[in-house]
Amino acid sequence: MTINTLLVKEGCPQEQMACFRKMEKVIVAMQDPDMGMKMRNQRLLITVIPHAMTGHDIITWLIQKYCISEEEALHLGNLLVKYGYIYPLKEPRSLVLRRDESPYRFQTPYFWTSTQWPATELDYAIYLAKKNIRKQGELMEYEKERYSLLHKRINHTWDFVVMQAREQLRASKQRRKADRIVLECQEQAYWLINRPAIEACQRALGRNRVKSSNCLEGFLKHSEQYQNHDPIMQGCLPSNPWISDDAAHWTMNADVVPVPTRLRVERWSFSFMELLSDTMGRKEFMTYLEKEFSAENLCFWQACEEIRHGENSRISEKVNEIYKNFLAPGAARWVNIDSKTMYKTLEGIKRPHRFVMDDAQMHIYFLMKKDSYPRYLKSDLYKNMLAKAIVPQETKKSVFPFMRRQRHSSPSPAQAATQATEEDGRVKEAGQAGANA
Amino acid sequence: MTTIAMGEMEQLRKEADNLKDQITAARKAMQDTTLQEAAASINVVGRVQLKTRKTLRGHLAKIYAMHWSTDSKLCVSASQDGKLIVWDSITTNKVNAIPLKSSWVMTCAYAPSGNLVACGGLDNMCSIYNLKGKDGNVKVMRELAAHTGYLSCCRFLSDSEIITSSGDCTCVLWDIETGTQKTIFAGHQGDCMSLAVSPDFKFFISGACDFTAKLWDIREGTCRQTFGGHESDINAIGFFPNGNAVITGSDDASCKLYDLRADQELITYQDSSIMCGVTSLAPSLSGRLLLAGYDDFNVNIWDTLKAERVGVLAGHDNRVSCIGVSSDGMACCTGSWDSFLKIWN
Repeated sequence: MTINTLLVKEGCPQEQMACFRKMEKVIVAMQDPDMGMKMRNQRLLITVIPHAMTGHDIITWLIQKYCISEEEALHLGNLLVKYGYIYPLKEPRSLVLRRDESPYRFQTPYFWTSTQWPATELDYAIYLAKKNIRKQGELMEYEKERYSLLHKRINHTWDFVVMQAREQLRASKQRRKADRIVLECQEQAYWLINRPAIEACQRALGRNRVKSSNCLEGFLKHSEQYQNHDPIMQGCLPSNPWISDDAAHWTMNADVVPVPTRLRVERWSFSFMELLSDTMGRKEFMTYLEKEFSAENLCFWQACEEIRHGENSRISEKVNEIYKNFLAPGAARWVNIDSKTMYKTLEGIKRPHRFVMDDAQMHIYFLMKKDSYPRYLKSDLYKNMLAKAIVPQETKKSVFPFMRRQRHSSPSPAQAATQATEEDGRVKEAGQAGANA
Repeated sequence: MTTIAMGEMEQLRKEADNLKDQITAARKAMQDTTLQEAAASINVVGRVQLKTRKTLRGHLAKIYAMHWSTDSKLCVSASQDGKLIVWDSITTNKVNAIPLKSSWVMTCAYAPSGNLVACGGLDNMCSIYNLKGKDGNVKVMRELAAHTGYLSCCRFLSDSEIITSSGDCTCVLWDIETGTQKTIFAGHQGDCMSLAVSPDFKFFISGACDFTAKLWDIREGTCRQTFGGHESDINAIGFFPNGNAVITGSDDASCKLYDLRADQELITYQDSSIMCGVTSLAPSLSGRLLLAGYDDFNVNIWDTLKAERVGVLAGHDNRVSCIGVSSDGMACCTGSWDSFLKIWN
């Protein structure tokens, strides 16, 4: 069983709980008054912290108790620290077990991950506010970001947050310094570990969702549109090569043919991506664009694709080519990109990587999709192609006359629906699934 | 603990589910229809019967994985007899029989270009083989080693990049040329069992033993969405052909369709008579049919829009471990622990 060391919690699934229970058994054993660890007062600068132990002690105890090697003890100890059962007093942000005299302490059970107190915004806000008040500028970058984000999100309770923070700070001032340091460290350790959960929840809440009716309709439309192209649903012409052993279908639909089939040309009208993914379709579109003097757009798009899917070692070279041909001022095939994208791309080119052309490529893609593509579908070039396209005849010949060969995947579902009710009766019995309850 | 801390905890408890409730509510608000209503206008697909057209014989042990080439004629299969076989599925000839260093293979993949194949398993590595080597021999091109758990699935983005999922709970994007990890996708809390790449190659989805499926942005390296709802390990995952939905198959005997834009589960494919786990799945070209392989040696065919079972492929003598529909939608290939691959349509 493996545990991921990056905690992105959205509630503790059962497997994790089992691991935590095991860890907690170790922790409890460590704190056993007789056989557990010898704890003593540790010095942290000038303050004396009670009930603490050194990293070295922890490792020695683990080695002795479980008869394991030092490497394994170090690994186990590190896990205990990473999951918050033990926290460091020095450098609290670094959740690592050091095998030296660095002081550590056991985390109070209230803060154990397994007790599943979900870390919520309110409490995190109070914690950050306290930190901010206690020492201005002590917040780290990500904490500052979180702080302003929370300030916006729960603005209505912000007075409460500040008040709570002040109260807690005042109460803590009345504690002994040793206790105070310990509690601060406990809290800090807790938040270091539990912080990601809030982020994920916030992201999930902020997401724009589409109505399920629209989504389901989308699937219906897609299936309908592609039904004729789905050989399992509709069979295929001239014949299914798997059944008839006649490869005519594949020959007719090869990458480059003198005349494409009708189904294929129709498919180019389903979406721009369909047109571009088909070699012939792309060629035809290029011819059309050349007539319109905007072929550089497609060439640019193709060049960008080659970067995205090509070898790493050739990226710089290809990026330079693109710059020379398409982006440089006065370039032979200059593409029309908006100034913001152009600026961003030119900046990115200074350090070329696989996705450096993404924004520019997207811009040109949408330009073609909104403008050239619809006009292409209305153009004579396309209409002629559609008219010329082959509709294959179903091959009737059968090699061995006495062997009956089925032409379609037996009976193609569309036909089956119109058959006798007897058939339907059988369908209903034989495993009609309960629909989604 | 001080009294102030106790008060905080109470607050935590009260506010505890606030965020989570809001998310659930937001999702529910978008459920403005049921599947029955939305699909009322269409008829259920009639009974679908596919027949075995070819049987590919040659492996000597359980077949764990298969993957079609984009030309819809060649396919590669991996078996624990320690062989990776590239088949010409029409003639049933073996184009290549590649011996593997480690016989504990669990996955295989065909590159879109047709030049490379990959496999991996309990050796924690993904081995890339070049099929179009100069002297005609198939040799190991790269061994991608960095995972600390078994390799459960791999898929090529191109001849330069491949994505792998592993029992160490992470998925990794590799640069094949240099053999290095480009991006690590961490976040799952259980073994990653399966992955699928979106039609536009910008995203991929992974299913894991933490019962969730995650959508990852390949470029950013981040998890965009997480889908829960299954009650056991997710073994198989795939995209609906338009790229807007994810279909998962799980040990809890159900398949689920999650819509990416609605950010929730829309359809469940299950039947009280099916009590064994789903091992593999593949949608037909139009997406109307879902073919799913189960532990009970069968493949069930579902009408995706009506959530009804419309066919069964029964022909294997052991668990169906892998399934794939060719890119032209023409044929479905199943691989089984009975050591045979069958082509159906």
